[in-house]
Amino acid sequence: MKEVINLPVKNIEEEEYHINMGPQHPSTHGVLRLVVSLQGEIVKSLKPHCGYIHRGIEKMCEKDTYPQIIHLTDRMDYLSAHINNHAVCLLVEKALEVEVPERVKYIRTIVDELNRIASHQLWWCSFGMDMGGLTCFFYGLRDREKILDIFEESFGSRLLHSYYTPGGLMMDIHPDFQKNVKVFIKYFRKKIKDYDDLLSGNVIMQLRTKGVGVISKEDAISFGMTGPTGRGSGFSCDVRKHHPYGVYEKVQFNEIVRTEGDTLARYLNRMDEMRESMNIIEQLIDNIPAGDYTAKMKAVIKLPAGEYFQRVESARGELGVYVVSDGNKTPFRMKFRTPSFSNLSTLDYVSRGCKIADLVAIGASMDYVIPDIDR
Amino acid sequence: MAFSIYDFTSFNQSIDKLLYDSLPPFWALIIEMTIIGVVFLLFYAVVGLFLVYAERKVCAFMQNRVGPNRVGPYGIFQTIADFIKLLMKELIYIKNADKLLFNLAPFIVIIASFMAISAVPFAKGLHAIDFDIGILYVIAVSSLGVVGILLAGWSSNNKYSLIGAMRSGAQIVSYELSVGLSLVTIIILAGTMQFSAIVEGQANGWFIFKGHIPAFIAFVVFLIASTAETNRGPFDLAEAESELTAGFHTEYSGIKFAFFFLAEYMNMFLVASIAATVFLGGWMPFHVSGWGGFNAVMDFIPPLIWYFGKTAFIIFLMMWFKWTFPRLRIDQLLTLEWKYLLPINLVNILVMAFMVLMGWHF
Repeated sequence: MKEVINLPVKNIEEEEYHINMGPQHPSTHGVLRLVVSLQGEIVKSLKPHCGYIHRGIEKMCEKDTYPQIIHLTDRMDYLSAHINNHAVCLLVEKALEVEVPERVKYIRTIVDELNRIASHQLWWCSFGMDMGGLTCFFYGLRDREKILDIFEESFGSRLLHSYYTPGGLMMDIHPDFQKNVKVFIKYFRKKIKDYDDLLSGNVIMQLRTKGVGVISKEDAISFGMTGPTGRGSGFSCDVRKHHPYGVYEKVQFNEIVRTEGDTLARYLNRMDEMRESMNIIEQLIDNIPAGDYTAKMKAVIKLPAGEYFQRVESARGELGVYVVSDGNKTPFRMKFRTPSFSNLSTLDYVSRGCKIADLVAIGASMDYVIPDIDR
Repeated sequence: MAFSIYDFTSFNQSIDKLLYDSLPPFWALIIEMTIIGVVFLLFYAVVGLFLVYAERKVCAFMQNRVGPNRVGPYGIFQTIADFIKLLMKELIYIKNADKLLFNLAPFIVIIASFMAISAVPFAKGLHAIDFDIGILYVIAVSSLGVVGILLAGWSSNNKYSLIGAMRSGAQIVSYELSVGLSLVTIIILAGTMQFSAIVEGQANGWFIFKGHIPAFIAFVVFLIASTAETNRGPFDLAEAESELTAGFHTEYSGIKFAFFFLAEYMNMFLVASIAATVFLGGWMPFHVSGWGGFNAVMDFIPPLIWYFGKTAFIIFLMMWFKWTFPRLRIDQLLTLEWKYLLPINLVNILVMAFMVLMGWHF
């Protein structure tokens, strides 16, 4: 009789293995490292390792004066540099109780929205690229170029502008600014239809994103997801609506909220936000009041001792700036609440049970900027 | 026939006769084989270089770019420069990689495409081997390439490569069915598997027109399935740049990477020429039965131009797919094959068989 031998057989299908996505990986868009635990193609768990581009911006801020800090905020979320600047400027103005001229508020709002469009365009590029449609990348960059040209003309730089200063603006807008913005909006209204034709309406794209990476409203709130990502889950969190700054009270615009909570909802939210931003700009661009481009500020800005907090709606979500001042010209402690960091924290929870391809799609729909995570 | 002026048969036979008259038969055979081999190698290199250039230009055209335009007029020497660069690059050897399989893999991939291309008729008489089971041979040989991809993924000792190879295995095993079955549809119509006979059978109308709707469905299915089989376009899961960095050829460098690269383009050329031969008449000019004058004009266009024109058209279609569509996910890819293409194909074969029996085709 044959003897039956029971060897300890490892079931290969149940064995997990790890891969390091990043720090150099095309889908992380920077130096983020995701240690992904996989079973075949299915993601079992995921551990983000941040810190590869940590520059200690919050600590550096403690050594810098407030006008200097503005230059550091550019380097956090480099795609919405204006909006980051805006947060610090608003905080300083609130603390000093400075009333900035109307003209400044108008220009800041317009430039913020232009910056939001540019940021969402680049997000669309990389989203398309992560989904495997490389043509999207060039379409998006082509149109983003037009905004960057407008920025370059008025502010002298294309990416890290540092255009806002506490109390106003670095310089006045270029005489052609209004004309160019109107030309751009007319142009981009046509091109955004191309975006929809190329990617949004594509069957493969719909298949890849619908019902993938669903986050419920409760989870979105408890993870602190904000911006188009949080609003994709039905969490109404638009700072522009709930805590208006600039001239957002004076314009008519809709807060884009979707309740599906999947990748497609987050995608469509951003597409709609681009349209909404164009509406906001159109309402403001002809009505910029005349006046000074900066309020009268003291040469050395010293915040009164105390704690201050200011939030703005960045392209990725809610950007909070928290300052503890001891009355000196530099803050005692500065803390940024960056949207990308909170949005990244959900990635493990959402992507469990998804495939690698889904993980890439979800990551793309979160639209995180790595320097914004690490600071 | 009118296009006999472009017949290569007599030219080939005169060379054959000259060799056999002046040499012993063994040496004549050896020389003939060498000539064919060298001609195919040159053809392979030229087509590969041209296709890389064409892809870059087509993709640039679709993406609002100019494409290569620095090396030579319109950048036509760009791929040659790239190839020289790849030749001179260091070959990186990986620790703990299976050396034999790692080195063997690119050759298997390239040999598979090389063998398959030899069965394709380029013009009348311009045909290396004319098997009577030509289509079967091509299907069999071209699917050898996946062995190379699997070996590359396995031997690289890299998880990305392995995932890419796993995907590629699943994908090619599935889509091979659709490729085969869509060709079977046309075999039923043609009544032969021999390429030369298939092309001759389309003298008075290409099969895509002769076979009505079933032939057209078979053509579309073949186009989708063959795009998947060449790991291109929306089905490039095996490389999946944004997910797996470069999939199965992540660890390859220099000339070995170039082999994979070249094989991809040659496979694309191969499936395009099969599609052109089986569905669009190969080198056969466009004929409308009854229009004598029109047919005569068409006959004056050389068959090589017809052949390469049709192939280029299908290659352009495949490039169009690639640069427009996002990538599918692996489960969706398999769903598409097993739940949609395969049933459609099977029904299509029945319809075609019924149609041929009833004599409803042209």
